[in-house]
Amino acid sequence: MSDRRNGEVVLRADDVAAGYGDVEILHGVSMELHAGELLAIVGPNGAGKSTLLKVLAGTLARRRGNLQLLGRSLESYDRRALATIVAAVAQENSVAFQFSVLEAVLMGRAPHLGPFHFETRRDLEIAHAAMEHFDLLELARRPIQELSGGERKRVFLARALAQEAKIALLDEPTAFLDLKHVGDIFSRFRALCGERGMAVVATLHDLNAAALYADRVLLMKDGAAVACGSVEEVLTEANLRAVYDTEVYVGRNPASGALMVLPAPRRA
Amino acid sequence: MKAAFDLEAFEGAYLTRGRMMLWLLILLAILIASLLIAVSIGSVPINLLRAISDTTGPDHAIFFGVRLPRVLMGAAVGAVLASAGVALQALVRNPLAEGGILGISGGAALGAIVALIFLSTSAISDAIVPLVAFGSALVATLAVYRLALIEGRLEPFTLLLIGVIFNAFWGAAIMLVNSVVNFYYAHNILFWLMGSLEAPSYREVAIVAILAALGFAVLMMRAREMNLLSLGDEAAAELGVEVERLRRAIFFSTSVMIGAAVSVSGIISFVGLIVPHVLRLALGSDHRLLLPASLIAGAAFMIIADLVARVVIAPAEIPVGAITALCGGPFFIYMLRREGTKPFSL
Repeated sequence: MSDRRNGEVVLRADDVAAGYGDVEILHGVSMELHAGELLAIVGPNGAGKSTLLKVLAGTLARRRGNLQLLGRSLESYDRRALATIVAAVAQENSVAFQFSVLEAVLMGRAPHLGPFHFETRRDLEIAHAAMEHFDLLELARRPIQELSGGERKRVFLARALAQEAKIALLDEPTAFLDLKHVGDIFSRFRALCGERGMAVVATLHDLNAAALYADRVLLMKDGAAVACGSVEEVLTEANLRAVYDTEVYVGRNPASGALMVLPAPRRA
Repeated sequence: MKAAFDLEAFEGAYLTRGRMMLWLLILLAILIASLLIAVSIGSVPINLLRAISDTTGPDHAIFFGVRLPRVLMGAAVGAVLASAGVALQALVRNPLAEGGILGISGGAALGAIVALIFLSTSAISDAIVPLVAFGSALVATLAVYRLALIEGRLEPFTLLLIGVIFNAFWGAAIMLVNSVVNFYYAHNILFWLMGSLEAPSYREVAIVAILAALGFAVLMMRAREMNLLSLGDEAAAELGVEVERLRRAIFFSTSVMIGAAVSVSGIISFVGLIVPHVLRLALGSDHRLLLPASLIAGAAFMIIADLVARVVIAPAEIPVGAITALCGGPFFIYMLRREGTKPFSL
């Protein structure tokens, strides 16, 4: 897999700590994100993956540490400016009222539009392209509430695409999706990394997806980064055994040649 | 393979300026029609032409002195309640929210009553009473909102329950005031509890219209952000919305609007529920259209409801608040059951 680490650093976290209420979830995480790369964040439940994404998106205040976005402190951006640079898709999404799929995707254009502007032809073209990428054109008129979980997920990914941000933060982007759409989504985002120099961070439960699609992997446990580097460096049997507390087998997928991770607990 | 981009394929699936204008014109035509019907029907038959041409006749006096200000007041109050309802629904992400149901009107009414009792001799009470009603509406809104917010989450049923309890509480406080003041006020107090549009002055109409316009202008500037808020606080923030600032804007402007309406018409419930619901079914949920549409349709709805209140048992009349509550109660239960079957999320 090509090494994309030569892209400039677009987002840098230094010793970031954050949490909710009295509970600290992240205990000082440092990482770098480069233009044009897909970084997968993996780790067991409760490792702080989603919390880290929220801090990077600027929606959860950090308690310690430093965050630099394009060489400036994250706080120096106002919300709208931030939304033109960073797009985020949460793990669970809900919409309170009936909006059509097209309306939901067009919401991604909001940071680019004034309060009284109607969407222009260009905005619609961008929405059209985003919907096409995620196989949504047929559903354009449907109310989002009527869609399945997987279809809805694709709507929100298309919205993030329509935002035309430099950085996409995706929390479990492929949960609920079928095999074909998982592949499509990662190839789509990989293509964007290549074409637009977009940087993508995705939290993933599926280690094989991480092995197959990520340029680099950040392995987390208990609110701290355990390892960060290329797929081969990070997804080793020793690392995974330590982090997941179970036996694993790491091999090669005979069909694709990609790294492959299988659970290998001893049989009783 | 790239599908050709065809703008027409999207026709009707999103809001365009043309579609917005078309709908607003249709609703405006309905409003004008209901205005004309309402001013020409009443317990005393009058001739509209004579009312306008003969400035000394009784028709003129009835038309300009009684009927017109009342119809205009009905329009202003209905416009306020319906559009504030839309904004409150966006705020709590729930179509069951409304000033009356959430106890905001009740709080405003209590404030207005207290102000009226202490200031009834003062010359500026016309202007002060709506301001006090606004202040108490704001307190009521914040109280309901903060109390319903549990660990950062706003559960629809918690919110509704707290609204119901506040309603009962404000009602009890108003009855308490009622029992300690003299008989002269007692009639007025009943009027607050069951809203009515009886005998307004042009001055009152003007004050309500100005406050409503101010509040509505603020809401209109936030219409697109209200769309984003239906995605949830976090997603809205990620799309560039200063969520706290948006919330404050909605709190303040709906409180100004509801306070102004309540200060002249008492508690008229359910208008802010029925009108937005019907409009959402017909027009979709884009607040850029929904807000002005509810302003116009709310005015028309209230004019007709008040017409019914005036004529069904003429020459006596029913308080218009009783009419809206009689229609609104069953409607609310229908909505509650309908929403209850959906995986409607907050």
